[in-house]
Amino acid sequence: MNTVIKTRYSAEYSKLEPALPGRSSPWLTALRASALDKFTGNGFPSIREEEWRYTNVSGIEKNLFVPTDQPSSATVDKEWLDRFRLPDCWSFVLVDGYFSAELSQLDGLPEGVVVQSLAKSLDTDAEQVKPYFAQAVSDDEHSFVAFNTAWFCDGLFLKVPKKQALTQPIQLLHVTTQQERLSTTRTIIVLEPMAEAQVIETYVGVEQAYLSAAVTEVFVEANANLTLYKVQCESAKAYHFGGTYVKQARDARFIHHNFAFGGLLARCDIHCDLDNASECDLNGLYLGNQRQHLDNHTRINHLQPNAVSREMYKGVLAGRSRGVFQGRVVVAENAQKTDSQMNNRNLLLSDDAEADTKPQLEIYADDVKCSHGVTVGQLDEKSVFYLQSRCVDEETARNMLTFAFANEMVNKLTIKSLHDLVLNQVLERFPQQGISKDWL
Amino acid sequence: MLNIENLHVSVGDKPILKGINLHIKPGEIHAIMGPNGSGKSTLSHVLSGKSGYTVTEGTVTYDGKDLTEMAPEVRAREGVFLAFQYPVEIPGVSNIYLLKAALNAIRKHQGLSEVDAMDFLMLVKDKVRLLEMDEKFLYRAVNEGFSGGEKKRNEILQMAILEPKLCIMDETDSGLDIDALKIVSEGVNSLRSPERSFVMVTHYQRLLDYIKPDFVHVLAHGQIVKSGGAELALELEEKGYSWVENKQAAA
Repeated sequence: MNTVIKTRYSAEYSKLEPALPGRSSPWLTALRASALDKFTGNGFPSIREEEWRYTNVSGIEKNLFVPTDQPSSATVDKEWLDRFRLPDCWSFVLVDGYFSAELSQLDGLPEGVVVQSLAKSLDTDAEQVKPYFAQAVSDDEHSFVAFNTAWFCDGLFLKVPKKQALTQPIQLLHVTTQQERLSTTRTIIVLEPMAEAQVIETYVGVEQAYLSAAVTEVFVEANANLTLYKVQCESAKAYHFGGTYVKQARDARFIHHNFAFGGLLARCDIHCDLDNASECDLNGLYLGNQRQHLDNHTRINHLQPNAVSREMYKGVLAGRSRGVFQGRVVVAENAQKTDSQMNNRNLLLSDDAEADTKPQLEIYADDVKCSHGVTVGQLDEKSVFYLQSRCVDEETARNMLTFAFANEMVNKLTIKSLHDLVLNQVLERFPQQGISKDWL
Repeated sequence: MLNIENLHVSVGDKPILKGINLHIKPGEIHAIMGPNGSGKSTLSHVLSGKSGYTVTEGTVTYDGKDLTEMAPEVRAREGVFLAFQYPVEIPGVSNIYLLKAALNAIRKHQGLSEVDAMDFLMLVKDKVRLLEMDEKFLYRAVNEGFSGGEKKRNEILQMAILEPKLCIMDETDSGLDIDALKIVSEGVNSLRSPERSFVMVTHYQRLLDYIKPDFVHVLAHGQIVKSGGAELALELEEKGYSWVENKQAAA
């Protein structure tokens, strides 16, 4: 990254600095300073780095995305936002990176459950955040994480106490409202032992170029159970980085559903550290169109014995879009009886679409069951013929099969309103295919 | 209804069918038997329009029209139904949707309006009972995770709902246990009518104990080497395919 860009970002940073939350906590101030150093030293990740070889983020460097220190809910078109808001959920809305109490709906949360603006948590009781902050991911992971640590202006701090099961999901809505805006948020989710929750992260924005850089740290403590959803519907011109870093204690369960629909360039990292007999189930669907670049990186660290991991990522790539899947499973030496399956399937709908897929298994234990499978291809001709023999014309048959390929991931959603939201996004994104809703 | 005259079919450069003649009238059941590699499945695939086969000589006329000129879906809408030897699993498309889409495509082809949702449901549930299937199958993805017997039953269910004029059954009995075979056969028998014809492609005589054919043809090396009544199947069962193959060689 050249000096001009660094200077521009640094100048913006010094403007923002006085308004950043947590300035009264020396530990955080020190973390921010070191993160800023790392970022200015390294710049954004380069394709020379192995973890970024398929994804060139120079577009982010060419634009200067600017954070605001004067957030306003007034810029949000509420009717538009309601299209993404799920009924029967508590909603927590972040506008341009800042919590908006006005747009959120948190009535009736059970006592003891903390759902709070991270900025507020840091300014009122930073000690409750400290045991978690930067504990699931370090700023050395890569520059986006360091960038996030240095720049984050708000986010969510969610803590579900021991044995508490949330009766309805919490929807976290990230909204970006301005061109060239930078939204940098940090989210911390903690489920104490035996707690249960469902959290839905939704990313939306105006039809402009902006950068949304979010880091989510997740702690699923012993025997707790978290289902996390990510519905990324950024604008077609937007840049998105989202990293979700999960630490699972023994017997903890974590299920993730990751839908990557929007963004000109979107990169998503999911990392899970698995303790004894914990389970993670990672599901993903990316739909690329036009010149979209959608990159999904997963890493599952089997650190202790008897843990189970399942992973299924599917990509449908049309136009000149490019999909990337890098899935890494690392089984530590003492993680015996590990049971791990990883799958990535890609459907290419045009000659110009591209899928890069790279499953990696690193196994240091000797008594494990690990498998991986990867496919990149076109539709199965046997299936096309079967549908034709049942009166369906060839074009419709192909559309149906394409849709069915994606729909398999949508059908895993058990929350009705979320299922419908995601389904509508899938249908909207393939309008030229004549996909019909009643195919379900 | 179906007239096959001197049909020659190749896959690539390799001739598979070498001059088939077959005439099927409405209401008739014809069994096509033969050893592996005789061209039985090729015949059913060519009739239903699967790609990869080239008709090099001869004609196939269905209801006075040239069948080989029609796309597979047009054949299906015109009333030709292929019950697959290996029904394909289609994850993500529900069984009931495919049934409705297929039925509406036929109705549209016939110039009729779309089927009423309630009428459709009643029709489907009625046929599901006939085939002793669980209604849950309707809402599952097409053939996904079905056992061999369930898949074959599902084919007959589709047939019962679409009411084709010409049913081509490709090795319907393969992989079926006796109970499933009985249910499938009863389903087929209940669909017999003076207007509907069947071509049953099978390796074994067993299916013909349950569905009695009017004619049996023995296919070997891409030609029909012997035709006869239902009793021919029993004779074959007893003497084996080498009997007809040897006769052909002697001739």
